Amino acid sequence: MTAELVRGQNLPLPEVRLEVRVRADGPVVAGATLGDEHGTVTGGERVARPGAPALPGIEVSGQAAADHRIAVDLAALPGAVHRVSVLLALPSGAGGPVRFGAVAAPLVAVTGPDGTEVARYTITGLDTESAVVALEFYRRQGAWKVRAVGQGYAGGLADLLADLGLPEARQLANTIDEATAQGPADAVAAPPPHPPGTPGTGRIPQGTAPAGHADEPPGATRTGAADAPQSPYGTPDPRSSGGVPSVASGAQDAATPPYADVPGPLDGAAGPHDSTPGDRTAPHPGPAPTAPYAVAPPSDAHAVAPPASATDGPVDYTHPHRRTAPPPPSPPTRPAQRVVPPAGPGQPTRPVAGDATGWSLDERLYNQVRGMFEDLARTTAAYRSAVDFADSRRERELDKVLSDPRERTGGRADAAREEARARHSRLVDQAREALDRDLAQLRAEADVVEPALPPAYARWDNPVWQGYQVPTEHPMALRLGDLHLPESTGLRIPLLVRLPLERGLWVDSGRTGSAGAAPADTGELRRLALDTATALAARLLAVHPPGEFTVHVLDPAGSGTSAFAPLLHSGLLAGPPATGAAGAADVLGRLTQRVDLVQMAVRGGAPDALPPGFDTSGHLLIVNDFPHGFDDRAVTRLRYLADEGPAVGVHLMLVADREDAVGYGPLLDPLWRALLRLTPVPDDHLADPWVGHAWTYEPALVPSGSQVLRHVLTRVAAARRIRDR
Amino acid sequence: MTVNMTKGQAIDLQKKDGGTLTAVRMGLGWQAAPRRGLFGTRTREIDLDASAVLFADRQPVDVVFFRHLVSDDGSVRHTGDNLVGGVGQGGDDEAVLVDLQRVPVHIDQIVFTVNSFTGQTFQEVQNAFCRLVDETNGQELARYTLAGGGAYTAQIMAKVHRAGTGWQMTALGVPADGRTFQDLMPAIEPVL
Repeated sequence: MTAELVRGQNLPLPEVRLEVRVRADGPVVAGATLGDEHGTVTGGERVARPGAPALPGIEVSGQAAADHRIAVDLAALPGAVHRVSVLLALPSGAGGPVRFGAVAAPLVAVTGPDGTEVARYTITGLDTESAVVALEFYRRQGAWKVRAVGQGYAGGLADLLADLGLPEARQLANTIDEATAQGPADAVAAPPPHPPGTPGTGRIPQGTAPAGHADEPPGATRTGAADAPQSPYGTPDPRSSGGVPSVASGAQDAATPPYADVPGPLDGAAGPHDSTPGDRTAPHPGPAPTAPYAVAPPSDAHAVAPPASATDGPVDYTHPHRRTAPPPPSPPTRPAQRVVPPAGPGQPTRPVAGDATGWSLDERLYNQVRGMFEDLARTTAAYRSAVDFADSRRERELDKVLSDPRERTGGRADAAREEARARHSRLVDQAREALDRDLAQLRAEADVVEPALPPAYARWDNPVWQGYQVPTEHPMALRLGDLHLPESTGLRIPLLVRLPLERGLWVDSGRTGSAGAAPADTGELRRLALDTATALAARLLAVHPPGEFTVHVLDPAGSGTSAFAPLLHSGLLAGPPATGAAGAADVLGRLTQRVDLVQMAVRGGAPDALPPGFDTSGHLLIVNDFPHGFDDRAVTRLRYLADEGPAVGVHLMLVADREDAVGYGPLLDPLWRALLRLTPVPDDHLADPWVGHAWTYEPALVPSGSQVLRHVLTRVAAARRIRDR
Repeated sequence: MTVNMTKGQAIDLQKKDGGTLTAVRMGLGWQAAPRRGLFGTRTREIDLDASAVLFADRQPVDVVFFRHLVSDDGSVRHTGDNLVGGVGQGGDDEAVLVDLQRVPVHIDQIVFTVNSFTGQTFQEVQNAFCRLVDETNGQELARYTLAGGGAYTAQIMAKVHRAGTGWQMTALGVPADGRTFQDLMPAIEPVL
């Protein structure tokens, strides 16, 4: 059972031998610091990092990589160590991204000795930071726990290390930078660090350092210690003996620079993983102020004395300002249904993405967005109700003044009227104050939640779409657009619907009810409606695993050809848009048959009885210009699909102007009602389930001029080709 | 610590350290009285319902009861209908949570009522109480026991009302008759 941690959450650890796996979008530097009971790191010798990757009890990889495996043996740490912080940083000077906000959120996972995952944590909410404390292990009443920290630093490693109390943070940061920049030559091959004669306790993380090279073909340079990166906790390696792995020299001979062997750390590495207390204490006499392996690094790159490398450090951090986390404008007084996790040490409580209940991060974010939706609905209800009350009270009081003949004229009447108005504005001001407090809090939450959303929930301008990867799992929900209320200026709540869709969609290409939202002429509205439909179809294709979602287009009049072009050119449509009455009849006939077949199988309790090779993917039928080209038979089939399709994964999206179907009279009213109406321009026609406000819906459109749709569809098409091969 | 309140008594809802309360829970508990008769040990189920009516300037604005579990503004929440009671010693069978900080600014009184939905009078109810708990730490602030149940089917238990910048609770204990809170409106009127 993996615990999906959120920022600030902690978890007791079942083991002391662990491995921390890091997965990032691109190369990152991984390190670890050993802190005392106050969390202070007393010196550079307490930092495992490229250039000095091994310390008693912990070993990191010697270079930047997209994947890391960090071996941790908490029992082997010196007794004075109370806190181990695992940190990640973007390598500087490599021409890569300079802020975590520009890459996908890194994932860190803590696994046990047998590879089972204990906890995982996706570090969301990072922006300009280039270094981050990902996790920390800490002693609590004699036992070790892990906590998700996620504290980022815009000033990079130097600020991070300084914040941990390291006196020579800047120099050390430069050293790390240098060691990383010198690249693979300084990488340390993974030691298979089994102490001799302890096979039973020899479940040692072998793959630690080489995991950093996961981007390279495994067979190319890996040797014994690294050839099984997927099961790093294999049986004791018989090849190692006497603490010095026999493969080490071979590696040195055969391997090209990335695996140049450094004997020192290898010798030392056996120590921390030794399970015999006597052996452990002997070479590591507690919090020695100097590096216990001072004899180890023979190469210049491993000269870790901070001052020495500071002088010739080529890199200067030009942004030394640590990002100060702004506290939310008001203390969070959440409604009772949501729980704010305790803030980490020294951090102000601030909104955190994924701060809701759920089994996975996606579910948490979904629930969080729903919680924000409800909060906004309710806080606005409180405001409106207070203002309504103030209005009616003022009217009542003014009426009373008028109806009292003694007070009707003269100074007393004026004073009474003045008093009524003052009471009104006092109450309205108070209500506004409460609303502003809540809105500010929700805005702060939206600011951290929006960037953390997965593609299925994200706006098209979210950077997550730039780093889009074809998913392997079905999404939980889909963003149809944004919602807002007149009071909530600047705050947009994502409109998420659960997948599979329970009802069809209707993109209304006709004139909308609200006067303010009708800038466009009819032709413009139709074009926008088609764009909305295309963007939704593309999103559905992109968030499903390759080949698990099929889109059919029915365009009897052929009026949507240009709008559907991105879908058509990507080759992701089931076929070219069907035109004419015959095309409509054909597509509808096939889908009707499919729904009927699946329904029979499901209802008959024999889903296995479907024909072999029957594709079980979801289907979306887009119908443009309904009811153009539809005869009565086709309309009947469409209604059947709208009613019965969702239960068996066949969904409907109409792009239609209801006025066009006016000839059918009231007969189609149930069809329109069964569909979720979306508008191509902002329009207040959606109600929330709690209070029933009229929310203004805005479709999720691709920013004009953006290539993101083409880019994403290309990737989906490529993934589908690979799958079909 | 707990104040055992008597009818008409009022207490300030302030913490010992002078801080104001942020969230309170009005808990209601009861047990059906054993019936005398052929099967002496058999008890009948009694469904009591707790409700909270929100008033602004003596006008009812919103109500929280088993069919509307959350006030529109979200500040008052009912934990759900309990049809039989008897959760156990001292436990709450039904509860209404009030987030005092979020109560809309124009709401100045919240009246808590209890109705016997199944129609038994309070003579048939045992160990009925209502209590006010500081939701942030679980500490009981005040307890009001429905002693001397009479031949009536509803009771206006208590009200929480604004006093200065904070809130005050007054134990009411006014007997009334009715199946749901709507029937009690005339009886609530005089205690506002």
